Amino acid sequence: MSCLQTIQDYALRSVGIGERLLPRSGFTLCEQVTLIGSGMIWNVYFGLFALLAGFFLATAVALARLSPLVALRKPAEWFIFLFRGSPLFIQFFLAYEAFVLLPKAGLTLNLIFVEITADTRWLTRAWAGALIVLFLNTAAYTAEIFYGALRSVPRGDLEAADAYGLSGWARFRRVVWPTMLRLAWPAYTNEAIFLFHATTLVFFSGFPAWQQKGDALYYAKYFADKTFNPFVAYPIVAGYFILMTLVIIAIFGLINRRLNRHLPPEARPRLRIRPQVVR
Amino acid sequence: MFASCADPSTIEGLHWLACYLTSGKHMAFYASFGTVMLLLAITAPAALAFGFAGAMATRSRLWPVQWLGRGYTAMVRGVPDIIFFLFVPIALDQALEWVRHKTICPDWTEPVRRGSDFVVCAQAKLPLSTSPQWVHDTYGFALAVTAFAVVFGAFAANVLHGAMRAVPRAQIETAEAYGMTHGQAFWRILVPQMWIYALPGLSNLWMILIKATPLLFLLGVQDIVYWARELGGAKTSIYAYPHPDWRIYYFLGLLVFYLGLTKISEVVLGRLNARLSHGQATLAGEAQRKATA
Repeated sequence: MSCLQTIQDYALRSVGIGERLLPRSGFTLCEQVTLIGSGMIWNVYFGLFALLAGFFLATAVALARLSPLVALRKPAEWFIFLFRGSPLFIQFFLAYEAFVLLPKAGLTLNLIFVEITADTRWLTRAWAGALIVLFLNTAAYTAEIFYGALRSVPRGDLEAADAYGLSGWARFRRVVWPTMLRLAWPAYTNEAIFLFHATTLVFFSGFPAWQQKGDALYYAKYFADKTFNPFVAYPIVAGYFILMTLVIIAIFGLINRRLNRHLPPEARPRLRIRPQVVR
Repeated sequence: MFASCADPSTIEGLHWLACYLTSGKHMAFYASFGTVMLLLAITAPAALAFGFAGAMATRSRLWPVQWLGRGYTAMVRGVPDIIFFLFVPIALDQALEWVRHKTICPDWTEPVRRGSDFVVCAQAKLPLSTSPQWVHDTYGFALAVTAFAVVFGAFAANVLHGAMRAVPRAQIETAEAYGMTHGQAFWRILVPQMWIYALPGLSNLWMILIKATPLLFLLGVQDIVYWARELGGAKTSIYAYPHPDWRIYYFLGLLVFYLGLTKISEVVLGRLNARLSHGQATLAGEAQRKATA
């Protein structure tokens, strides 16, 4: 079987398109590269959507944490502590068990006139359940980063905003928020990289890989277990992740440039990713 | 445990719960918390040693050593740590068995890798198939510890390398002006001063290490996650203590355990930081000086 044929059969295997059976013996390098690459679709899916949704929740939680109102501040603090203080692995397990316990037939909400039957089965599937956990998790970590950045917005900027007559939403939108993003960006880049790395945990933590549709590491482990040779499959998945990390750094570097476009070119802070591991 | 627990089917309520929570399997579950603590206690110093060696290698003036150090510190940046957790134990196991195979049975001519098999002679097996169960357990645990130490050593090398560069240059220059050699200046001036710069990073690393411990489960060690799944699953009436699916409660327990562990660590590390900042030329040290003055 030629490599082109393998790519046709397995390039989209992880989303259920193509050959149904996984290769069983005589694994070629092409098969391993293709199937593991196909698994990367899930890693990108989880990472991308959790990051996008988490960004907005994180901004809200960071603002709530800074609020003088106890009723807003306390829940935000607890939310951050809960998700930053416990292992993601345990969060996955707990969420999965909780979703499984929901009634199989669906929740029936009785709203006086109409009865709504909410189907809950899909929550036990990885695409939804794991995404929710990752979304909440990254929101908590990002909220902590944004909170730190909000606290270090220079006073002079705020005074200048006051002098221009900006207040409330306009002040936030035009002064506080952009400055917060500028300050938080290097740390946030780091968080994004580690979130993508964390997506590899999904299929090892309770969430079953339905019909063997798994992520990159799931297929890598499949090959390593079958061939009893870790020296091929794991370096392949590592290579994919190095590639993805470089892409993330490039994209975040572009955004960083845009965030700092008001500065003269030589004064722009370059996005240097020192791996200050903040997870 | 208790004599009155002899026949669980006759007892009820709180008494049943007390008997249930002290059954033999639960004792193994409680002991596995010790496994986690043991892992932390062994891995933290081992990772620090790996990290220190890595950071020193990065500073080396011999370029092969420097490259090795750079490669080691860079490897955790792009690759998820869980890949290393899966890769290191099995790779190390096969490497050890292969070396033993080559030295113990040199007259064995067949290849070690045959298709999907990895075959070494019986005397080269690690651990030997005749050894008792605890040797197998210890070997598995040691492989897991090595995997953790390698990965967290790379993280620690990043932190320590940064800390070494953060020590003011003037300190080293003064040491050299006093006629100290390169090595003396490193060990007597740089190393004692770098810890305060390394502490924030190392504290952070400790937190990550705590949160990485449930991954022991993936390495086949019977840790708390293993027992939580085992004990929590629904038990039919053929078991001594039948109950429905209680896994969610067990995992809630684990969550509380980890939250407590991070909270305690936060408090202890905060105090340590305050103590080490005392008299240092850093922002925190300056703030302390002003507060007492």
